[in-house]
Amino acid sequence: MSKNGTHWSGDVFREMRARDIITVCTVPDGGLTQLLDLIGGERKMRLVTLTTEEEGIGVATGCWLGGERAMIAMQSSGVGNCINALGLPTAFRAPCLMLVTMRGQWGEFNPWQVLMGQATRPALEAVGVRCYPVDKAEEVGETFAAAADIAFNSRVSAAVLVGQRIIGAKGFGQK
Amino acid sequence: MSAQANVAPNKIARRPFVAELLKQRGTSLIACGLGSPTWDCFAAGDSPEYLYSWGGMGLAVPTALGLALAQPKRRVVAITGDGEMMMGLGSLAVIGDQAPQNLAVLVLDNEKFAETGRQRGLTSGRTDLAAVARGFGIANTMIVTELGKAGELADFLFKAPGPVFAVAKIAVTEDPWALPEKDGATIAHRFRTSLGLEKP
Repeated sequence: MSKNGTHWSGDVFREMRARDIITVCTVPDGGLTQLLDLIGGERKMRLVTLTTEEEGIGVATGCWLGGERAMIAMQSSGVGNCINALGLPTAFRAPCLMLVTMRGQWGEFNPWQVLMGQATRPALEAVGVRCYPVDKAEEVGETFAAAADIAFNSRVSAAVLVGQRIIGAKGFGQK
Repeated sequence: MSAQANVAPNKIARRPFVAELLKQRGTSLIACGLGSPTWDCFAAGDSPEYLYSWGGMGLAVPTALGLALAQPKRRVVAITGDGEMMMGLGSLAVIGDQAPQNLAVLVLDNEKFAETGRQRGLTSGRTDLAAVARGFGIANTMIVTELGKAGELADFLFKAPGPVFAVAKIAVTEDPWALPEKDGATIAHRFRTSLGLEKP
């Protein structure tokens, strides 16, 4: 829940609209469900569903080259797919904004998620992406806003890492 | 055993072919694939409307898609190689899904990883890229095997309602080096300036 008792997705969505982010590229994640629903229901925005997250780096960079703001929303496992691709916005000095929902980090059930979940931040930082981890639901909106502003104003790559502590571990039907 | 090679050898000489195509591009924006397609476009005559690429293999087509979405009034054409297209095949599914009418993709297909030593590529065997594109919902496709078809291909790439996808079976040739600007920030700046998005 965010400050006013609503889901943090509403806060992020409001900050996106305030910054004219038009296109959101995604390989969906459970933690992104509410946000993707909000985007899908907004006529002024465009959801681009990808086959793999690195395509989103290309699409978002292309959008910026064409004068529109875009971002990529993904699960932490998808960050691994993006590493070489992140050279593209860096070379063009294009902004690159990522919203990452974390797995393998806080109470994870699935051991296959742990390697990339633990490596998400160091891997991003190794290729020069500024990371903004957030572990409180009421701080996701302002953290996203700060990352978006530095990405678009300074034309750098920035990633908001939404902690699994906020999202909750996927239960897989277990008690 | 290797996969069966295509029966007819590729005949099209890439440099005059690309030059002939680009003569007819009008105001189309060109997203060049990394390596040889970038050299081909630059060799045909430099333009700020050519987005050159030196890296990020697989991303020429997604980048062109982003451009096409952001610039719906401009034609956007990705010109890339078979290796880069194979690496980014999924992006054709994304194009099929978004279906931008202003986007075309041309694959210059020499069936080789030409830039790294002409190693055999996957399109030299049974792979049919145009069939893949159609399978992803890009209904309008074209395969060109002769230099003389450049005019027909140009009409297809620059005028046919998109998204469209074409493959040109090009020969393996020894071409003089033609290297454009390699600083990405400079390429992006002059590209965006040509669109009126930045000041010169």
